[in-house]
Amino acid sequence: MAVAKPKQQRLVLALAALAVMVAAGIVAIFALQDTAAYFKAPSDIAAEPPAPGQTIRLGGLVKAGSVGRSADGLVLNFTVTDMKADTPVSYRGIVPDLFRENQGVIATGSFDASGHFVARELLAKHDENYMPPEVAKALEKNGHPMGAGRPT
Amino acid sequence: MKGKRLIWLLPLLLFAGLVALMANHLGAPQQQVIKSHMVGKPLAEFALEGVAGAPGLALVDLKGGGPVLVNIFASWCLPCAVEAPQLQALKDRGATIHGIALRDEPADVAGFLARHGNPFTRIGQDPGGRMMLAFGASGVPETYVVDAQGVIRYQHLGEIRAEHVDLLMAELEKAK
Amino acid sequence: MIPELGHLALWLAASFALLQAAAPSIGLWKRDEALAALARPAALAQALLTLGAFAALTWAFWVSDFSVKLVAANSHSQKPDLYRFTGVWANHEGSLLLWVLVMALAGAAVALVPTALGERFRVRVLSVQAFVSLGFFAFLLLASNPFERLVPAPTEGQGLNPLLQDPGLAFHPPLLYAGYVGLSVAFAFAVAGMLENAVGPAWARATRPWVAGAWALLTLGIALGSFWAYYELGWGGWWFWDPVENAALMPWLAATALLHSIAVVMKRDALRAWTLLLAVAAFSLSMMGTFIVRSGLLTSVHAFAVDPTRGLFLMLLMALYIGGALTIYALAAGRVAEGRQFALVSRESALVANNLLMSAMLGVVLVGTLYPMALEAAGGAQISVGPPYFNRTTLPMLFVAAVLMGIAPWLGWRRSGTGHLAARLLPAGVAATGIVILALLLFGIRGIGALLGFAAAAWLGVASLSILLRRGVTLNIAGMAVAHLGVAVSILGATASGALQQEALVAMRVGDAIEMGPWRAELKDVRPVAGPNWTAIEATLDVQRNGRPVATLKPQSRMFVAPPQETTEAGRAGWWGGELYSVLGKPDGSGRWQIHLWVKPLVRLIWWGGLLMAFGGLLALGGKLRLPSRVRTVAQEAVA
Repeated sequence: MAVAKPKQQRLVLALAALAVMVAAGIVAIFALQDTAAYFKAPSDIAAEPPAPGQTIRLGGLVKAGSVGRSADGLVLNFTVTDMKADTPVSYRGIVPDLFRENQGVIATGSFDASGHFVARELLAKHDENYMPPEVAKALEKNGHPMGAGRPT
Repeated sequence: MKGKRLIWLLPLLLFAGLVALMANHLGAPQQQVIKSHMVGKPLAEFALEGVAGAPGLALVDLKGGGPVLVNIFASWCLPCAVEAPQLQALKDRGATIHGIALRDEPADVAGFLARHGNPFTRIGQDPGGRMMLAFGASGVPETYVVDAQGVIRYQHLGEIRAEHVDLLMAELEKAK
Repeated sequence: MIPELGHLALWLAASFALLQAAAPSIGLWKRDEALAALARPAALAQALLTLGAFAALTWAFWVSDFSVKLVAANSHSQKPDLYRFTGVWANHEGSLLLWVLVMALAGAAVALVPTALGERFRVRVLSVQAFVSLGFFAFLLLASNPFERLVPAPTEGQGLNPLLQDPGLAFHPPLLYAGYVGLSVAFAFAVAGMLENAVGPAWARATRPWVAGAWALLTLGIALGSFWAYYELGWGGWWFWDPVENAALMPWLAATALLHSIAVVMKRDALRAWTLLLAVAAFSLSMMGTFIVRSGLLTSVHAFAVDPTRGLFLMLLMALYIGGALTIYALAAGRVAEGRQFALVSRESALVANNLLMSAMLGVVLVGTLYPMALEAAGGAQISVGPPYFNRTTLPMLFVAAVLMGIAPWLGWRRSGTGHLAARLLPAGVAATGIVILALLLFGIRGIGALLGFAAAAWLGVASLSILLRRGVTLNIAGMAVAHLGVAVSILGATASGALQQEALVAMRVGDAIEMGPWRAELKDVRPVAGPNWTAIEATLDVQRNGRPVATLKPQSRMFVAPPQETTEAGRAGWWGGELYSVLGKPDGSGRWQIHLWVKPLVRLIWWGGLLMAFGGLLALGGKLRLPSRVRTVAQEAVA
């Protein structure tokens, strides 16, 4: 194989770099479109129900008195509320330490064919009174703001 | 030659875009609160300078007068703006409310009070944030019921919502 | 008194940093060598004083001096000894002090280690380094003074976040910081190289040990962080593509690319401008990572918090340094760009391919991390980008990289024949085919991703081992092979623990048992236990395999006293290279407990691989110190 002239070599290098970057960019854009999970509050869902199977992050407060378990003790049923609308959720798995009534929660999952929200993952952060920022924002939007800034 | 120069500039331009994006996002404060371990304990001595035309706040101001509310707030804190009508409602129902302006500039505090109303009798300025420790606060806003002996009787975490007004009035009554 | 001395030491150290930054700048400009030479003693004084300040803060934590605000806010007299010590840096101010300390120590090392680039270059590097340190000193002293007093002193502190009371997390930040600071030295070398127009093989030889060391420390830090997340968060996973993890991964990817491209500058004096850009980028991404973690800009499971003023300060610092370096780059890169050429099939082009892949990965991770922020800034919806995105974009690139990593070490510099490749790579090819057949037939694995993962691990592992087994391997080459072997081991662990994992989620009473393939776990007992500053509910699970007892797992749900908080402690036990992993959930109200049990074959290989990589990086460091450069060059040509 001949050693390329510097100019040609730089061109080849630049083209190879460009090709890789463009390929990575295209893959990234498609992957972003397919996999990004939109954050929704129950009232967003009431206004515009998402398609079954589409991954969304459902955020709001755990409605007081809504928490129950299935007979086998494994499925947790509860209602997420943003004070305007409610979405019933079921979740199969270990419940996070900080899952409480009236506390903020983010449930990642999707609606099944019958229109019931099935969560794959529950996020309640590791602090006593944590309010996930998205939840705070969603509640704020609906006139029931909550959450606190922490300056230390 | 000119075109080639531009290539070397590209990283700088990309970085500038990134900085613009981040600057745009700095405003949103973190969300996190922990219950105070100071509830039921007497406050230590303190004296804060006043701000925005209001007299300053010291421990002696809290003592002897009967139970008062102490509200820790900051102009950069969004929930603090949200709770302003509820503080006003508490004041209208006869509560004495003192404020502590946390890590703030006097001009910003004045602006904040002009926009959202000033329910405070006294306002102490706490640029270093040391009152957070004195009260055991972990965030802003937080509101405390302090009795006539200077003992913290009740802590309210986060902003006061409409449904909390009665509760705080009841706590004030209890602390008498 | 001691905190005041610490504070004073910090101010003095900052003044020496100012001297160290200014003296060479003025001295080199005015051609006053004596003035410029002041940088060396200044660097040593700065290091000693910063060490003193750090010792003072450590002392305050050790004796629980709650009159120091930082101690009161982050410590507690009942805290175990180790965490009273690590509490020093498990907070914003202390971690910055640690950063400044590591930076000052690195400066002292630059001042002491002999250099082939001449005294002028050394003081230039020290000056650039001190400019960077100065910013951090300013941040520390003006916006986050760790020695601030509290009057009157409280009788008890507020405690340390229980999640941080863990040996894994206690040593994770210092390792990462040491890595970042190592990259700051590479950054200083790059900026000095551009200012002095000294970029070339000698420059690369002087810079490379810093990059290799930093890379090894970063690798260790990331592996430890991943291990911590695995056993402490109790989610069963070991990498979550969380923004904070990405913030550490991005400088690592840049450092990996830099480590490879700097070899090209060293051997062939090509890719100069690109290498400079990587050196600037690696440290810039470290700063950005720290900024992201410390400013609460992105939401994360590990985020610390600061108020906007501090965030703004950090951002200005970042803009100043990175913007400044990139401006110098824009002005100087045109001058240094000319390098030598090489053929398409050569070690150089394989390293270029590595660089392209690493940069592409860096790009997609950066885009995935920042995209939600950008979308929100543009007024769009709130979204989150999670593992599906990152896995889909990075894993194919990782696969290509693994295939290339098997081949590249067999290629020669400048230009390479391909005739010898088939024979050299035969064992690797056989191993890859063999493992795929084994996975298909014996384990019934059908997932294409898993099969490719196994193939890549076997290919790269055997190819790297066959390099190690050759005669006359220098430490440098051995380091490379060991690091590559580490990558193969990690890939094997990740693939096997994913593809062969078994899990069960059950609600069980004491005395009940779960059956899962050959495994059987019986819930023996659930009872309260107490630790130094926590109480917990602990389950006892006896695990059998094919009727023989294997292990006893004790998952806990812990309640900490100060500050009050609950955490989940996974109950784990090793089984060969794999693990049994169990989590205790809440009682369901009718006497049953939720138990999540996993069997994760070979999962430990993920972190053993990380250790191997780091060890490889350190070996490469040793190779540089022990062998004279001529011998090493000859040996490396011989491999080709």
